[in-house]
Amino acid sequence: MNAQVRPADPGSTAAPSAPFIEFENASITYGKGARAVQALAPTSLKIAEGEFVALVGPSGCGKSTILKMVGELLKPSTGFVFVAGREIGANPIRIGMAYQNPTLLPWLNIRDNVMLPLKIVPPFRQAFRAKRNSEFRDRVETLLKQVGLAGFAEKFPFQLSGGMMQRANLCRALVHDPDLLLLDEPFGALDQFTREELWAVMQDLWLSKKLTVILVTHDLREAAYLASRICVMSARPGRILDDQIVELPRPRTIDMTFQPDFVELNQKLRAMIVGARGGTGIVSHPPGAA
Amino acid sequence: MERILDTMREKGASTALILGFFVAWELFCLVANISDILLPRPTQIVAALVKFWPAIWPHTYQTLYTTLVGFSIGVVIGLFLGVLIGSSRLAYDTAYPLLVGFSSIPKVAVVPIFVLWYGAGTVPAILTAMIICIFPIVVNVATGIATVEPELEDVMKTLKASKLDILWNVSLPRSMPYFFAALKVAITLAFVGSVVAETVASNRGIGNMMMIASSSFNVPLVFAGLFVLAGLGVTLYVLFSLIEHRVTGWAHRKTDLASP
Repeated sequence: MNAQVRPADPGSTAAPSAPFIEFENASITYGKGARAVQALAPTSLKIAEGEFVALVGPSGCGKSTILKMVGELLKPSTGFVFVAGREIGANPIRIGMAYQNPTLLPWLNIRDNVMLPLKIVPPFRQAFRAKRNSEFRDRVETLLKQVGLAGFAEKFPFQLSGGMMQRANLCRALVHDPDLLLLDEPFGALDQFTREELWAVMQDLWLSKKLTVILVTHDLREAAYLASRICVMSARPGRILDDQIVELPRPRTIDMTFQPDFVELNQKLRAMIVGARGGTGIVSHPPGAA
Repeated sequence: MERILDTMREKGASTALILGFFVAWELFCLVANISDILLPRPTQIVAALVKFWPAIWPHTYQTLYTTLVGFSIGVVIGLFLGVLIGSSRLAYDTAYPLLVGFSSIPKVAVVPIFVLWYGAGTVPAILTAMIICIFPIVVNVATGIATVEPELEDVMKTLKASKLDILWNVSLPRSMPYFFAALKVAITLAFVGSVVAETVASNRGIGNMMMIASSSFNVPLVFAGLFVLAGLGVTLYVLFSLIEHRVTGWAHRKTDLASP
């Protein structure tokens, strides 16, 4: 049972170069004075390019806070966050983001919804008028096909099921070739089977595009299935309790999630989170007894 | 086919109700032997409408003109203020109390002030129509813009979208159903504004015509004025409903978009 803080070691991951994302004692405090609440304790974290990092932990532990800092939606109260070697706000990378709520625009069909980032992000933005009916259209079509939405481009969001909307949401997050994909419980509201289907879709996308992904999730199976590295966080104020590489081979399958090594990893994560909640876990056996 | 029958049945019912209303009115006046100085019969009103039409028409034109000009200016100002107030928390907190204060003033009460400034006539009618329709538009547009899902805003911000990008691609289209709902309220209110102003201080317009007609006890003509106002109001309401359905059909998806 390895529950102490072990800072990420970039040497053990794929890229030996400068980390793609780096947190340097970054913390977040909401509010001021006596009512200040520290959501995230000073955290240092390095993520290499091409990694698929899952953040797991009890609710309110600052997982989404980390995601928001990387996405430049929050500035750290203390410390620094660097993306691609530059402090946030100045980085030149493209980011895609998907939440649990698909937030597709109801007045646009799926094609135009997915195209939205191309309207906004340079260099696509400048060419949008010229290419919206040719190159960009094909680009959307290809993506939709990849996630199993071929033939749905003309449909409107309300004509789609929750799982299909979430697929379209993923396409929207990926259409502008982001260097970094931020996912905040994207599959949280879906039923088990749709969720597992989308795990496979997500894994294929990651394997084919080799982008960096940060996934916030409550679902430990999801984390272990998708991620190449899992960070377990403590209850508020959030700290990274454990940081480990998932060694399972790719492509992973649903069947693998029932294999002993997968189940063992799951139980280990679960025990850590139960411990982090400071609660009397519902675990019926002592964690890490093996 | 079934749908066509259904709509015919719906339309048929409301047409029957309207006709029934006028028939009942006519019969009531005939049976109770009510003088046309108190309540003229619909047939008498229509007769007056036809008889005096050359005299009514310039007044109709004047009222329509002041209402539409006031309404248009009001819509532009309302849309602008709504966007401003809806997109900034600070502007919302700062401007809202003042706006509520302005809107709670009965609009009839400001007509004398407009008359004082601009003299009796067209301008006070336009201004009254304008200020009466600003408030519903501001409130609705601001609501539409302020209630954009925070997640969607986050997604846009991570794309490094500018405020203008977000406004143009997300907030404005999103507030369109609210905007059109407000337009339908505002156009009927604009008539109230212009007619009130004409009644108080003007020598032209339907409101003025009704004043003169009632002072000479030409009651059928007074009612003919009401009919004209109702006709104008309904026409414009229907017009905006049609535009609304075209522009914001996505918000009324249950009715027809869903079925191919």
